[in-house]
Amino acid sequence: MIWLNQVVTGVLLGGYYALLASGLSLMFGVMRIINLAHGDLAILGAFFTFLVADRTGWSPFAALIVVLPAMAGIGWILQRTMFERSLRSGVLVPLLTTFGLAIVIENLLFEKYGADTRSLGPQIGNLAFDSWQITGQIFIGHLSALIFVVAVGVLGVLHLILRRTPVGRALRATAEDADTAELVGVNSRAVYAVAAGISVAIAGLAGVFLAMRSSYDPYSGPLQLIFAFEAVVIGGIGSLWGTLAGGIVLGVAQNIGAQLNPEWQILAGHVVFLAILGARLVLTAIGDRGGLAVVLGREA
Amino acid sequence: MTLLAVEQLVAQHGLLQAVRDVSFELEEGERLALVGANGAGKTTLLRTIAGAHAPSAGRIVFDGGDVTGVSAHRRVRAGIALVPEGRRLFTGLTLEENLLLAASAARHGPWNLQSVYEAFPLIATRRKRRAGDLSGGEQQQTAIGRALMTNPRLLLLDEVSLGLAPIAVESVYESLERVISGGATVVLVEQDLGRALSVADCVICMLEGRVVLEGPAKELSRERIVEAYFGLHRGGTAT
Repeated sequence: MIWLNQVVTGVLLGGYYALLASGLSLMFGVMRIINLAHGDLAILGAFFTFLVADRTGWSPFAALIVVLPAMAGIGWILQRTMFERSLRSGVLVPLLTTFGLAIVIENLLFEKYGADTRSLGPQIGNLAFDSWQITGQIFIGHLSALIFVVAVGVLGVLHLILRRTPVGRALRATAEDADTAELVGVNSRAVYAVAAGISVAIAGLAGVFLAMRSSYDPYSGPLQLIFAFEAVVIGGIGSLWGTLAGGIVLGVAQNIGAQLNPEWQILAGHVVFLAILGARLVLTAIGDRGGLAVVLGREA
Repeated sequence: MTLLAVEQLVAQHGLLQAVRDVSFELEEGERLALVGANGAGKTTLLRTIAGAHAPSAGRIVFDGGDVTGVSAHRRVRAGIALVPEGRRLFTGLTLEENLLLAASAARHGPWNLQSVYEAFPLIATRRKRRAGDLSGGEQQQTAIGRALMTNPRLLLLDEVSLGLAPIAVESVYESLERVISGGATVVLVEQDLGRALSVADCVICMLEGRVVLEGPAKELSRERIVEAYFGLHRGGTAT
């Protein structure tokens, strides 16, 4: 039963990973930018929420009313001032730009807040540790469940925006062919800035959830970026629900690893990620050679 | 009145000058056919007028205003629409989404979903299909419909018959002629000279980026256009 409990907890953790990964996936899907600062922007959101909650005495949830629009604004500004310019210089420059941005964010946070590890847990009271006991050994944490529900909700809303609204149409068209989108009257620069705003706002939300369920410091970003990457790659690039599946696979793998040996938690996630990546490469190679029957026949 | 004036336009692809010092004017309601061999600069000229390609010299004046430095989506709003070569539909969107996307530019005019489907009945039954799954002829009609959805004052058509089966070309032109007989201002790039001459009021023939022949379609003989087309007059053999 303890194993089932780990699987359930892993699925819920997957919601967090999916939330973290969806912004990364959106920015790559629309602008072809691999945002290496994505994890650090999430941590920036956590610090920002801490700051607002601390100054105003609000709960971190109330602080989101200020933080999320501000994060969207930061995404918009980053796109207009940095990403847009770097995109004109080829594929490598945006990668370097976001790498540099990541270092700048980490060190600014370090300079301002020091190396202390923080958590928003104390500020959300019982929510941080309360849980429902389903049966003997199966517990569902209130916060884990909340994060999972919010993650699915955000992905659902994002899906509806992309599929059903004029903004979503413009996003999909610009992602496919920005030149031609301009020729039918779509302001591609504005569309890019909207995508960056959504992406960074979701990253900030994910960072706040990380800060609530565990702890963070100025250098927590890169590890979160790796988790986001793994969820995106496992689930398949460009698919929102695939990202959710990828996040769940990663979360379950980590939790089962942790149950085997507490030191294996993160390692188990990496191993499953590499195994899936490897399997996909092999399958693609077999497909390119004309299918499994042909490959085996040649060897026989 | 003059709707479009192109003044000493130069456009380059890197070091290659695709359009060299091209000037012409187009009156409201006029239909211009742009002819010339492959690589003569016709597509680049259209793309530069539409704002998809930045010129390196010269001016483009539309409806009395200089639009040379104006971005493509603003030109759409001003009333310039290009049906690009190779159709360039958004293949991941449905046919109807392709049309609706262009409607977001929101110029007022006679064209909306309903009137486009009336003008192109062939595509009306395919509206929920993904654009990538349409036949070539259906894609071309959708591409023209998409441009019309912006309610353009100037319609630029780049090789609408390229890569289509003859019967599909016939049906595209049938619909197109109905559309442009309503008095639209059109610049048309077309390989089929006979078709170009039958649709257009005036003709510009380009060769290696320059205008080598210009005149009303009725007054230019097919022979003179063919000579200009291949650059035969330059050898001194022209009549």
